Amino acid sequence: MTKETVIDRINSFLVEEFEVDESVIVPNASLKDTLELDSLDYVDLVVVIENNFGFKVTGEDFKAVTTYQDFYDLIFDKVSAE
Amino acid sequence: MSRVVITGMGIYSCIGKNLQEVLHSLQNGLSGISIDPAREEMGFRSKLAGLVEEPDLKAVLNRKQRNTLSEEAKYAVVATEEALKTAGLDLSYFEKNEVGIIYGNDSSAKAVIEAVDTIRAKKDTTLVGSGSIFQSMNSTVTMNLATIYKLRGINYTVSAACASGSHAIGMGYQLIKAGMQDMIIVGGAQEVNPLAFGSFDGLGVFSSREENPKASCRPFDRDRDGLVASGGAATLIIESYESATARGAVILAELVGYGFSSNGEHISNPNVEGQVRSIRMALKGAGLGPEEIDYVNAHATSTPVGDRFEGMALQEVFGSKTPISSTKSMTGHECWMAGASEIVYCLLMMQNDFIAPNINFENPDEVSSELNIIAHSKKAELRNVVSNSFGFGGTNSTLIIKKV
Repeated sequence: MTKETVIDRINSFLVEEFEVDESVIVPNASLKDTLELDSLDYVDLVVVIENNFGFKVTGEDFKAVTTYQDFYDLIFDKVSAE
Repeated sequence: MSRVVITGMGIYSCIGKNLQEVLHSLQNGLSGISIDPAREEMGFRSKLAGLVEEPDLKAVLNRKQRNTLSEEAKYAVVATEEALKTAGLDLSYFEKNEVGIIYGNDSSAKAVIEAVDTIRAKKDTTLVGSGSIFQSMNSTVTMNLATIYKLRGINYTVSAACASGSHAIGMGYQLIKAGMQDMIIVGGAQEVNPLAFGSFDGLGVFSSREENPKASCRPFDRDRDGLVASGGAATLIIESYESATARGAVILAELVGYGFSSNGEHISNPNVEGQVRSIRMALKGAGLGPEEIDYVNAHATSTPVGDRFEGMALQEVFGSKTPISSTKSMTGHECWMAGASEIVYCLLMMQNDFIAPNINFENPDEVSSELNIIAHSKKAELRNVVSNSFGFGGTNSTLIIKKV
């Protein structure tokens, strides 16, 4: 899976499941602020990632994620390692 | 002691998705019962049900608010939106005033079962998602509505089987009467999905008259053969008379009596003595004699035993002249919601001067022949109305509303 495919898929489920406006999704924007994430939303992020990519990310994984770019990198690394 | 009045109502049921549609069905004796293909697929003994559509709430609530809503909580949102509109209330009122919520609900089976299915399949609890726990608890309606509407008063759910909605109104009535709250959102909700009703169907108490679904639910009729499950939600806004007049609200009726009792006997069989005590307690509290009651909305669900026992109780308290009907003949049994929805039906009758019919009442049995069952929609001025709700475990509840 190419990085572009991973990014497209992530953006697509964020728009669909988290109802975020596509225009706010830019690589350097804060994931937490734009999605207004609280502790419950991180659980739902785990669920959509599992549904879309077939693996589970942990709370520990999210510690390295601030921006969308961090998020794309995290998922792409895990996809590549699969 | 404060007087307690009703200033708002909303309904989402199998006979209509709002007050206007429900009024039309009640006036014309229209049944909401049909065949549910999902029940057929799951091997139900009875495929009959009073189905309601799951509402799309995207225009009303954001993602986070919708994420935690169970099926019945979605119905409750629709009913509550309508109730707030009729009461002339919005969020700004709740910011400035301490308003509570008490709702009747006694299951959230679909949410529970789907979560367990996911855990069993994935062997991972996180993957049920964050909304599941808030959809799964019996208090799903009150916990969700209290946060959506930013309520700051009393906040709990009443679970009392098929009398849940009625007791919820009764508890709200008591708190306002005692001066502890000025306004409470009260009501009842019921999920309709087959997962919620499989074990109930297994008891063999549902009607099997599938050849003509609209004639299947026939309370008090000689040939009745069981109840039909249905659901939705009903909401009422109740407040002290002082609160209503201070804000210039339109008073729909006064809540004047709440009676209750427990049979203290069998888990599913009714008993005449317990029901009589509940009705008489409500009459006493209201300061009314049985001869002053213009209409009784019976609990009668169309089961052979249940209707017979309630018929005997009604005969003992009211004699043979008081007009009686069971709106369940049209709606089916709305279970946890029924005690609240039937107050909405009674209010619509009171406002529009008619008695909704007990449809499918064609031949009386030896008990119902001694009662004044109203089989066809009838013009009538209703000043005082009694509504009965009874449930498993022998819990009984009776409410009385009065025209103001």
